[in-house]
Amino acid sequence: MATLTKTHCFHCGDICITEEIKQDDKSFCCNGCYQVYSILINSKLGNYYKLNPHPGDTRKIADKKFSYLDEPEIEAQLISYKDNRKTIVSFYIPAIHCSSCIWLLERLNTINPGIIENRVDFLKKQVDIQFNQQQISLSEVATLLQSIGYEPLISLQDVVKQNHQAKDNLLPKIAVAGFCFGNVMLLSFPAYFGLSAADKHFGTFFSLLSILFCIPVVLYSGIDYFKQAYHNLKNGVLNIDFPLALGILVMFLRTLSAYVFDLGEGFADSLTGLIFFLLIGKFIQKKTYYHLSFERDYRSFFPVAVQVITDELKEISVPLEKLKQGDRILVKNQEIIPADAILLKGDAAIDFSFVTGESEPVRKVVGEIIYAGGKQTGSAIELEVIKPVSQSYLTGLWNNEAFVKPKQDKIKTFSSRVSKIFSIALIIISVGTLLYWLPQNWQLGLNAFTAILIVACPCALALSTPFTMAAALSVFDKNKFYLKNTDVVEQLAAINSIVFDKTGTVTIAGENGVTFSNDLNNGDKEIIFNICKNSTHPLSQKISSFLGSQKAIKIEEYCEIPGAGMTALVGKELVGIGSCFFVTGQTKTNAQFPEVHVKIGERYVGYFAIRQKFRPDLDKILTDIDQNYQTYLLSGDTDQDAEALSKVFKKENLLFKQSPQNKLDFIYKKQQNNTRIMMIGDGLNDAGALKQSDAGIAVTDHINNFTPGSDAILDGASLHLLPKFLRFSKSAVKVIHYSFFISLSYNLVGISIAMTGQLSPLIAAIIMPLSTVTIISFTSIATHLAAKKHQLIS
Amino acid sequence: MSTIFFLIGCSVVLALIFLLAFFWSHHNGQNDDLYTPSVRILLDDDGTIEDPEVPKK
Repeated sequence: MATLTKTHCFHCGDICITEEIKQDDKSFCCNGCYQVYSILINSKLGNYYKLNPHPGDTRKIADKKFSYLDEPEIEAQLISYKDNRKTIVSFYIPAIHCSSCIWLLERLNTINPGIIENRVDFLKKQVDIQFNQQQISLSEVATLLQSIGYEPLISLQDVVKQNHQAKDNLLPKIAVAGFCFGNVMLLSFPAYFGLSAADKHFGTFFSLLSILFCIPVVLYSGIDYFKQAYHNLKNGVLNIDFPLALGILVMFLRTLSAYVFDLGEGFADSLTGLIFFLLIGKFIQKKTYYHLSFERDYRSFFPVAVQVITDELKEISVPLEKLKQGDRILVKNQEIIPADAILLKGDAAIDFSFVTGESEPVRKVVGEIIYAGGKQTGSAIELEVIKPVSQSYLTGLWNNEAFVKPKQDKIKTFSSRVSKIFSIALIIISVGTLLYWLPQNWQLGLNAFTAILIVACPCALALSTPFTMAAALSVFDKNKFYLKNTDVVEQLAAINSIVFDKTGTVTIAGENGVTFSNDLNNGDKEIIFNICKNSTHPLSQKISSFLGSQKAIKIEEYCEIPGAGMTALVGKELVGIGSCFFVTGQTKTNAQFPEVHVKIGERYVGYFAIRQKFRPDLDKILTDIDQNYQTYLLSGDTDQDAEALSKVFKKENLLFKQSPQNKLDFIYKKQQNNTRIMMIGDGLNDAGALKQSDAGIAVTDHINNFTPGSDAILDGASLHLLPKFLRFSKSAVKVIHYSFFISLSYNLVGISIAMTGQLSPLIAAIIMPLSTVTIISFTSIATHLAAKKHQLIS
Repeated sequence: MSTIFFLIGCSVVLALIFLLAFFWSHHNGQNDDLYTPSVRILLDDDGTIEDPEVPKK
């Protein structure tokens, strides 16, 4: 038989398993992709395919119903503006990935004229849609998006978050500071070169102007430093904001008094420059990769509304938070079970992949309890809610105190420790100098006192952490390791134990190794392929993709028995494919992984074993991680893989059958013994452990998929770089140590000059930018070199 | 030399205009999305093609 060359779906680029769906010489992998193509071609939007090859996302997933969006209560939470003619709504669409997406999504009104205008924000994967509600309803908009392959992800958490997002004014503040800094520099230059006596009146004028420029910088751009310093002092915390605020204040007062009492030059140039550089540092530090959400809990993954069956047997949509104990709910194909519930009616095959990472659906019979978080695959089922949403087995985790208390005191950053010592030393030195000079010359004493506070203002110190960390963050980002913020780098450097989750973390979620017990001849391959292709059961699909494209042969009387297998007639032979009992009539109890048995006619052919596939290089990762790290494995699964895993983990460090709460408790217990733990997991069941750990890393094979709240998100393909990431984070922290040393030396020089009371504004104006530039270039170059050393950049 | 007062006044006013222009643009959301416009400008608006060619792999 001829092996066909693999054809790629014209829409999404997946390999076509069947050859049947064809139109205009183009093949499609599934009906969904074909339908999107038809809609676009009929609306004359074929250009979509011209911009990029295979721009679509696969449409093999089943459609969802959006009728709940028309409930006024839910609608009001989603839309941002509404009047008679126009409604504005923002949707988060994970499928946005290329220029074709932008092109198509901004031309939706050619498909439906009820849509007025669309705006895509590519990095946020968000589209703002303006539409006329008299022509098209919100649910129709969502359905339209879904029909062209851009299903919006609607969750209440994301909506709520949007409203909370306060617009920060950092950019305008930098603009004002930069504007004033530039002008003050211009006005200060004449003074640097010295003004002749004849030009004295210019000097006074320039000073006056400089003071005017300082006022908005201090009162608008720099006001946050005063606020934070005050706030921290009130809470008994001494951090870097205190010397900064003190320095700013003293500089401003001295500049004012220099003008009023005609004492010569003030510090206007240093003052504006200081605030400008500090704000730039803040900006760099804040520049996070905001298109990823690190704060997700179960709410962003649970449905917004649930279909509830009322006493009059009517279906109504009820917002999730209004779901009560005892409600009868209807869960359709591909919908998520929102609360712990008892199965009343229907065939339940629950996919817990979001919860555990295990992609094999679990069968449940009527009367059994189904825990929240599973996704129904198959026909609709009816359930009775037995626990409110927030109290369920899985969601109850979020009531744990790990989620309540802010995560501040995890690991004190190096800079916060140093700045405390620094502040205390600064106060002692400056007051000491003041007391030393006071009996001899109070003016000189005051002069020296203020000069110390000015020159010691830790500008370079405050900048070294943001610049190093921002550089480190971008190195991580290039390697598909996305950190929530810069503090995470220090957390990574501080850990000494690593805990792995099994399913989806050390194994690849959804990907299985399929093996057949015997050898298969080509004729059998064709038969099995053609039967399996008809089934939507995940195991059948895995087998058909394992066998690849085979020649189409005629099968008759195909019949699928849920939970057992399928039968069909090929020629005159009855073929049975399915569970051991279904095919052979015997029960096999010691199966370690799902098996699919095959019988053709009276001949038993053998079985397919579907194993979880471990990530490649797993043993290499673990041997590469330095020996001083303890490694553990926590799995919710049974110990079926214990044998294979004990090669890479110590046997006593392997723990199986761990509930989400067990995982959290394990980490908590270890932390009590001063162990700094990094948790690497993927599912909602790891959410508690991720939160409790000192550095929680969520692993995902598809970066747009749901990941539970964590400190960092790691692309599964980059897991093998983990040892390098750890070493690099240590180097980054070392760079910060060195840069602190450099900036402290600058301060030392400055302070020793200032103690004599001889500090001129010119020296301050030189030291401040010089130290800043040294620190910025040192940290950037050193971080770059460290990344190179650890082969994280080429 | 006293013309310097005038010139400095001019330069400050000019710079203020730029600062205000920046504020205006920031307020209008010019800095909200710094990536998408760079893609959008490269997309042709007119060429709606009925039957696209199969792209080469």
